Amino acid sequence: MAMATDVPKDSFRLSMLVYDTRYRSYTIQIVVLLLFAMAVAWLLNNTAQNLAARGKEFNFAFLWQRAGYDIGQQLIPYTNDSTHFRALLVGLINTLVVAFWGCIFATILGVIVGVLRLSHNWLISRMMTVYVETFRNIPLLLWILLSYVILSETTPQPRDFRVTDEMAAAGEAPAASMIFFDTVAVTNRGTNVPAPLFERGLGSVDLGFVTLNLTLLAALAVVAGSFWVNHRLVAAARAQQEATGVRPATWWKSILILFGPFIALMAALGFHLEVPELKGFNFTGGILVAHSFTALLIALTLYTAAFIAEIVRAGIQAISRGQSEAAFALGLRPNRTTRLIILPQALRVIIPPLISQYLNLTKNTSLGIAVSYLDLRGTLGGISLNQTGRELECMLLMMLIYLTISLIISAAMNLYNRSVQLKAR
Amino acid sequence: MKKTVFFGALAASTLVAGLAGAGTLDDVKARGELICGSNTGLTGFGAPDASGNWTGFDVDLCRAIAAAVLGDPTKVKFLPTTGETRFTALQSGEVDVLVRNSTWSFSRDSELALDFVAVNYYDGQGFMVKKDLGVSSAKELDGATVCIQTGTTTELNLADFFKQNNISYQPVTVADDSEAQRQYLAGACDAYTTDASGLAASRATMPDADTHIILPEIISKEPLGPAVRHGDNQWGDVVRWTFFALLVAEEKGVTSANVEEVATSTTDEEVKRLLGVSGEMGAKMGLDNDAFKRAIAAVGNYGEVYARNIGEGTTINLARGLNALWTQGGLQYAPPFR
Amino acid sequence: MDQHFSRSEMLPPLAPPITERGAVKWMRENLFSSPLNAILTLLGLAAIYALVAASLPWWLNSVWNAESLGQCRAIVAETAGEGATGACWAMIRERWHQFLFGFYPPDQWWRPILALGLLFVALAPVLFAGQKRNMAFLLGGIAVYLVVTLTLAETPAAAFALAVALVLGLTALSQVQPGRLLWFTAIYPALCFWLLWGGTVWAPIVAMAGFVLLYLVFRFAAPVIGLTPAAGAGIVAAVLWWLYLQGPVSGLLQGALPFGLRAINSDLFGGFLLAIVIGVTGIAFSLPIGILLALGRQSDMLIVKTLSVGFIEFVRGVPLITLLFTASLLLQYFLPPGTNFDIILRVIILVTFFAAAYLAEVIRGGLAALPRGQYEAADALGLDYWRAQRLIILPQALKVSIPAIVSTFIGLFKDTTLVAFVGLMDPLKGVTQIVRADIDWKGIYWEPYIFVGAIFFIICFGMSRYSMYLEKKLKTDHR
Repeated sequence: MAMATDVPKDSFRLSMLVYDTRYRSYTIQIVVLLLFAMAVAWLLNNTAQNLAARGKEFNFAFLWQRAGYDIGQQLIPYTNDSTHFRALLVGLINTLVVAFWGCIFATILGVIVGVLRLSHNWLISRMMTVYVETFRNIPLLLWILLSYVILSETTPQPRDFRVTDEMAAAGEAPAASMIFFDTVAVTNRGTNVPAPLFERGLGSVDLGFVTLNLTLLAALAVVAGSFWVNHRLVAAARAQQEATGVRPATWWKSILILFGPFIALMAALGFHLEVPELKGFNFTGGILVAHSFTALLIALTLYTAAFIAEIVRAGIQAISRGQSEAAFALGLRPNRTTRLIILPQALRVIIPPLISQYLNLTKNTSLGIAVSYLDLRGTLGGISLNQTGRELECMLLMMLIYLTISLIISAAMNLYNRSVQLKAR
Repeated sequence: MKKTVFFGALAASTLVAGLAGAGTLDDVKARGELICGSNTGLTGFGAPDASGNWTGFDVDLCRAIAAAVLGDPTKVKFLPTTGETRFTALQSGEVDVLVRNSTWSFSRDSELALDFVAVNYYDGQGFMVKKDLGVSSAKELDGATVCIQTGTTTELNLADFFKQNNISYQPVTVADDSEAQRQYLAGACDAYTTDASGLAASRATMPDADTHIILPEIISKEPLGPAVRHGDNQWGDVVRWTFFALLVAEEKGVTSANVEEVATSTTDEEVKRLLGVSGEMGAKMGLDNDAFKRAIAAVGNYGEVYARNIGEGTTINLARGLNALWTQGGLQYAPPFR
Repeated sequence: MDQHFSRSEMLPPLAPPITERGAVKWMRENLFSSPLNAILTLLGLAAIYALVAASLPWWLNSVWNAESLGQCRAIVAETAGEGATGACWAMIRERWHQFLFGFYPPDQWWRPILALGLLFVALAPVLFAGQKRNMAFLLGGIAVYLVVTLTLAETPAAAFALAVALVLGLTALSQVQPGRLLWFTAIYPALCFWLLWGGTVWAPIVAMAGFVLLYLVFRFAAPVIGLTPAAGAGIVAAVLWWLYLQGPVSGLLQGALPFGLRAINSDLFGGFLLAIVIGVTGIAFSLPIGILLALGRQSDMLIVKTLSVGFIEFVRGVPLITLLFTASLLLQYFLPPGTNFDIILRVIILVTFFAAAYLAEVIRGGLAALPRGQYEAADALGLDYWRAQRLIILPQALKVSIPAIVSTFIGLFKDTTLVAFVGLMDPLKGVTQIVRADIDWKGIYWEPYIFVGAIFFIICFGMSRYSMYLEKKLKTDHR
């Protein structure tokens, strides 16, 4: 065998770009980059030609035109005189609200189901298996459509709540009645819940396109402050416990700190509930939660919870039995075993797939189209697109927004994930 | 990568409908098939039956065009479009003509670069409520919940109407007609608003039609008609005059049953031109001279199309109303065939 | 006197106390082991009772023979009394074929049926590599399925005989030389395309010839100009073939030897046929792209890596529905003016991209699961990058990823229902909407959802069980 000789240094030949592994990767990258640039240029060129052929131009000025349509669920002030951009914001907030509550409820339900599936109770574990398998193997779209139909077909009409004079005279009860101490009315149009009102509210500050509600901000500030003080209190108690071995009783102080200021603030602002009331065709007063929202939320929750349950189950099963046996041997109670031994270890297995479930749920909110829930896709990608005919701008903007939301969620969750993973490795 | 290229090429060779050439008319002739943008299913106007045959008021216009251009009313491919995809489908050349209850409006004509070539149905937006609601005018609907389909002009009209009358309402957006009907029947909304024809069609199919009324207010003008791409005037003319041919046929009493007989026996010069006996009318448009005769033979005149699909006696049971011929107090008026 | 009182025979064992035997014991242990469990059991029973009590009459009053929903309701009212509710399966009876085939012409139903059967034949060597027994079972099952369904679908005799002969031949081949069956897998895409869409048989054959050309160019150029340039040259040659020669050549061949099936427009596709076509082609075409993307993401080359990551994260970051709207609204903006092709094809392209991004992540997981030593061993043997990937890395990584690929497929298959929003006739919403537009069936809700949901459940549940079986099998192999 010939001896390997040093590669002669100063004899670069063109063919080395292909054959020499030192240069080949550069060649490939440049070729790829060129191809990519050509593809992008080709696409842009086509788009420009097509736009010209249709007499359109690419600009976002339409966002500041009058939208002209109404949106059923609006968490920021919006009328049909508002702009398309405002409609976009309303839709975006609607998307985020469903995604937010969906993630929370799905996590709670998923953890419960995941744990119950491992229960020794034969009936319950079988029921949970049936639930998980049913929901995992049937399209989400069906669940959304079904929960919408069920909600609007099985709940009473507003008029069923009405007590007419004859009924009052005869002492009859109306066909339907409100629940939760007569504060919540579930009709086939939506759920009417009481609205929090303040007699001496702090008003709001208009900052151009966003309006800051000072009352809400004050409440948030007080809650955050209370939590911070409570955190300090607990930390001080722990320090004392470490030093002296005796932990001072803190529970009543915690309760006082956590709830006292908040209650005081509410009292100072004159907090009261506006209970929905049947007037004319509908319940008025309070907040109307439309069934399109509820149905979407229920379906997303049930569907995603089935996946989360599997993740939780796998996470718990991944912890070897020896861990809980060791904890029992140390004299820890089952409750603390779960909290101190099992859960922290299981979380490490659970969190990465959980992140992708949250992302899936957020993306799946776009299926609100099936029940005409006016989320981002319904406003920007639906009615606005349709009324203005600017599909290119609307679709690109919508994709960009969804992409941003996804990236933010995954970044935040990855940050959290890093904090629970084992540090030393 | 290579597989997509392969698939793309496969598509290019077998599935491509053909590059859009100079004119839609030539494309349609070359293809031997008319592609007609239709509803995803609207009772009476356009829906496929159990064996996949499309029927309906709008569908018959497509068939008439196919009969005129290609000589065969079955040479139509119906492409279901949703409220969102319909105009893009037309603009991009995916369909040759859009006959899908689309309202002719200023912005659609200008901004969307469409040409509405005729009005085959004069409609207007109305409200339907249950009789026992005790409402006799739309202005009494203050605070009511209103079911409305998304992606149409109706939501804009509705917002304008309530604003003008200074009353409030709660919109419930629904995806399609059957969903709206379900919600309305379940009482999830007090009123259902859409085009009056749609309301009548819905009402006719309800189990207890008598307990629902359509309120007298018509809050908008909804001229529904076939649309073509802006700028292709020849094709626009073909669609427009095929429709007018059906109107003239009704005016002159030419039906699908007697069209052959009339063609040989008529002495009316306009009918002769219509049926291609004299005047070379078809040729002036790039069609055969008997093109319009074929269209009439295939689907009948406007009155027949109307009566067969949505007229009185069908389940939908719509009176002619605005859509009667001008000679009978309606708005349907065809320019002279000369 | 030694008298021992001892028993010479055993006493018969006493029956265990009632609480420790039979059903009671089982219930004590499994249902009422603690107060909490007892409460849960009772709650569970109550839930089941409520569900059954609410829906049982509806199921029991099912009507199978009627011509419209009104008639159904009349029959229910007649047999079960006024106010009773009942299912109206008569709708399914009349319209089942639209849920399965869309508007595919009835006399051509044998084509999708045959394509589905052959799909499993094509999958057999992948699913059960080298397991002759399992393959024999699968292929035998397919043969039985084909004989039964093709008879029901009134298949033309010639096609029937050909199909059965083909399956039997492949069964025999699978027993003699199981490896050779992969050739069938390779030509299956073209065969399936031809069966479903029809037209001249030469179009798919000539298209497949492009691959042969690619291979030949690669094979003969590689020793001369090296692997990578040869691959590039092969691709260029194949693309040129597809773009410029395919049409004329297949037209020529069709002129010389006309043979084909009736062409079926893709607007006639609908129901589960459409869902399966989109799902299967999406996964099949996304697999190679997904592998390339996964390798790109693992690559040391910055630009390649950035582009791969960008593509994957973009596609995974937006909802499928926006991609579908892109297919229906935007794709035509991005292509040269005047290009215009089928909405189903556009949807398949976007679905392929979508699936490719997800598969890339799945395969990346498989690549990451391989021990570092495998890469080092491949390097130590002096294999270049592609040889190492092809011979060492990918076979192991793909094998590990199969369960996850199956789950991706299940997810994709369920997501095909979303195509309804761009106007295609998916079984869940598209066909249902068409059925409801018929005046006879206006107002029918539960029945189509239950019917379609049940079929989805059977298919997806079956696949997920298979993937669990695979997972178990692969685990014992590896650890």
